[in-house]
Amino acid sequence: MLKSKTKLLQLFVTLSACAFLLVPTILSVMAGLTANYFKGISSGLTLKWVYQVWELYADSIFLSMWLALACLICTLLIGLPAAYGLARHPGWLSRLLEEFISLPLAVPGLALALALLQLYGSMKGFRVSWTFILVGHVLYTLPFMVRSILAVLAAMDLKTLEEGAASLGASPWQRFRDIVVPNAMPGILAGALTVVTLSIGEFNLTWMLHTPYLKTLPVGLADSYASMRLEIASAYTLVFFIMIVPLLMAMQWASARAQRITQ
Amino acid sequence: MNNRTFVMACLTPLLVFSLAFLALPLIRLFLASGEGDAGWAVYLDILRKPRYLNTLILTVLVSLATTFAALAVSTTAGMFLVRNRFRGRGSLLAVLTLPLAFPGVVIGFLIILLGGRQGLVNQITPGHVVFAYSALGLFLGYLYFSIPRVLLTVMAAAEKLDPALEEAARTMGANPYSVMKDVIIPGLMPSLIASGAIAFATAMGAFGTAFTLATNIDVIPMVIYTEFTLSANIAMASALSIVLGIITWILLLIARSLTGSTVAGGG
Repeated sequence: MLKSKTKLLQLFVTLSACAFLLVPTILSVMAGLTANYFKGISSGLTLKWVYQVWELYADSIFLSMWLALACLICTLLIGLPAAYGLARHPGWLSRLLEEFISLPLAVPGLALALALLQLYGSMKGFRVSWTFILVGHVLYTLPFMVRSILAVLAAMDLKTLEEGAASLGASPWQRFRDIVVPNAMPGILAGALTVVTLSIGEFNLTWMLHTPYLKTLPVGLADSYASMRLEIASAYTLVFFIMIVPLLMAMQWASARAQRITQ
Repeated sequence: MNNRTFVMACLTPLLVFSLAFLALPLIRLFLASGEGDAGWAVYLDILRKPRYLNTLILTVLVSLATTFAALAVSTTAGMFLVRNRFRGRGSLLAVLTLPLAFPGVVIGFLIILLGGRQGLVNQITPGHVVFAYSALGLFLGYLYFSIPRVLLTVMAAAEKLDPALEEAARTMGANPYSVMKDVIIPGLMPSLIASGAIAFATAMGAFGTAFTLATNIDVIPMVIYTEFTLSANIAMASALSIVLGIITWILLLIARSLTGSTVAGGG
């Protein structure tokens, strides 16, 4: 009896936590689809607000998609070879480098943005271009890519595989292309999905780095929360959820898959 | 190309990128913090001037409250989800982990929908109940993004905990409370400290949530933002950024040394 009482309490806490996380999300979805939120659902359901969001903020949605793609390419180009380099040379220097590039995970985005602004803010051409925001996004997502690939590479016997290939006459580049990349694929996939998900949702750095002509999706969200009616803000949030939730689920699936390999 | 040159070439893009966009900007940030009227005493000003000190205290208090609440809720829910298999368990787990990638601004907005002027609580309760823009709203916002992070870390550790230990304690006559206190909590301790450190660090540095909610109250990230953009007090903004960065970095370092992984991400 006592045991079931404890269970009941645990269940109650679990369900309350679920409700706390879920109820406002549902409210937001409903508000985005309700003709007049103040009057309630009885005022009817409509897609009017979603259309208005599209008219007002389509640019910011496309900019975010484009940034996420560019960010993915950059983190792959920098992160994949780097993870390989770090895996081939495990040692204190590599540990230190990995720790250093992981700083953006710990240091708040706001601080990183201030640092970037103070060093590059006076380079006007760069400051107002989309590449400035891209730098911020790459800075923030790169450690996820590197560590995701590195975890997979560290779990396999890279050295033996490579020595085998080398003894058959494969050049370093061939070994990288034909052995390292295919074997690292689960880590690359998990890293890629993480990078895209985080880039689309990134606000803390982007808010400081953006210009009035370059608003990303989350910047547009903050804008709509401050200046638009609740229905439009909610409809915009709904659009964001539709984009981010499938990505997030794919990311969790890919990360779990990559983790099974490393164990 | 021999092997060594190839590996070095592989690391070059990373070295160039992190030098140009991480190392040099951080050095610039540090130097900028000492370039104000106060010089390097700007770091003492954080503790000497009531405006900064009070903000620091409030930020630490809200973050501490968030940490303990998230630990209590997530450990209870996490143990329940690990020890029981039932229909709908997957859905509960999905609901509890999905907010991981929500940006802080969105979480702020969700709290406004709960406790704002047009919020749910204000609509269904008599009188005028608006808490979204107070310290309570901020606490709830921080709790919102802390629950998933703590839950994932605690569940990973709880899965490795041997249920036989709890069973043994029970057969020897321990009540559920002492099983919790003497068996489960000590077993989970490293992951509790780690996830607590993660929750605390994320709350301390949360900008997006504070940006939407903290219109009347000041927390460190908001002060950094206003010092930089409105007051143009760049030295103080830089100094506060450095202090905040060091605090969150050390906390996450502790978390990582205890569990080997961190579930980071901005609030």
